[in-house]
Amino acid sequence: MSQNGQQPLPLIMMRELADNVATPLFLVDRHGVLVYYNEAAEVLLGLRFVDAGSLTAEQWSARWAAEDVNGHPLPADARPLAVAMRERKPSHRGMKLLTGDGERTIEVTAFPLLARADEVVGAVAIFWDTTGAA
Amino acid sequence: MRAHIWGCRGSLAAPGPDTVRTGGNTSCVELRTETGDLIILDAGTGLRALGLHLAAEEPRTIHLLLSHLHLDHLEGLGFFGPLWDPKVEFHFWGPPSPVTSLKDRIARYLSPPLFPVHISDVPSKPTFHDVPGEAFQIGSATILAAPISHSGPTVGYRITENGKTLAYLPDHEPSRGGDLREMSPAWISGYSIARDADVLMHDSQYTEAEYPSRVGWGHSSIAHVVAYAQIAAVKSLLLFHHDPLHDDDMLDAKLVRARELWGDSNGTTELAREGMALELN
Repeated sequence: MSQNGQQPLPLIMMRELADNVATPLFLVDRHGVLVYYNEAAEVLLGLRFVDAGSLTAEQWSARWAAEDVNGHPLPADARPLAVAMRERKPSHRGMKLLTGDGERTIEVTAFPLLARADEVVGAVAIFWDTTGAA
Repeated sequence: MRAHIWGCRGSLAAPGPDTVRTGGNTSCVELRTETGDLIILDAGTGLRALGLHLAAEEPRTIHLLLSHLHLDHLEGLGFFGPLWDPKVEFHFWGPPSPVTSLKDRIARYLSPPLFPVHISDVPSKPTFHDVPGEAFQIGSATILAAPISHSGPTVGYRITENGKTLAYLPDHEPSRGGDLREMSPAWISGYSIARDADVLMHDSQYTEAEYPSRVGWGHSSIAHVVAYAQIAAVKSLLLFHHDPLHDDDMLDAKLVRARELWGDSNGTTELAREGMALELN
């Protein structure tokens, strides 16, 4: 959140988009703090956003632990959102997500939100649930 | 701080017998600070008459704050006398774009074939500033600009002097994502600009019946602007950016509806009218 207590406009617009699509979207601010995820993401993550609340990157990485496709633990800094924020470019990978409802196999695409050419105000992750897919 | 409205019509100038009470000129508001600084909000067609008014005064420094670069906020510029005076120190402020400089975006209008003279060749040799992300000072006024929801790069302005605040969001659609009254203020576009303002000049282009067929066009309905003003707890709401197809009678009806929606809440609601003067002391 900005110093005047207001979310940056790109995050506001992205949240508006998230509320109007059936694709699971997960939003973090410039510090990696979880600020929102939509209903489709709630289904996948097994937890309503109002119950999760705002979580630091460390907290949400622990809350939804991840493994790579071979079952090895995936460090927080190797997850697509972290890579997108750090490297300021899109990041994509497959992973297994350990949710309250069990294990889900997903593809994650994350990209940073640039308000201006040099200002990252947050990032978005899009989840593709491939659990059970051949 | 004193404000004078030289234009409050939206989208297209609409002069004629049906709009004489509210005026047909597009967005332009003159501000005078206590230190005598001249700040102009937007360069709609109202700017032409302001230029004539300033002729006797011959101001030396002018700060023009542009909310965005749609034509109705820019088209008075070429006929603003001080722009052509080499003795005037002219500062343009406007929303940053990651792609094109403010000067180049203005030049799309102020250059051939749309205008005979290129902005680079006007005698006042303006200086162009992207509005900063933090508050800045013009004389005794503190200005805060923040991106707001419209189409293309757009900012709202919050101008404060001696504890009194004018918020200016002439083109704004904060409701695109859903019901404003169900949103946390931190997630409402422009809330930090309008919060607790003494006067809020805000987009009120559409009736509630018109809005559903115009979602995403960047403007607000009467119901949206009233909800927005109440969430922001402003003291006075001025309905601004009147639709060019709405005549005086229709605007009067919109004001009645706005007051009905406002109910018994604190504060006042009024139509912005060309020639209206405000004192914020």
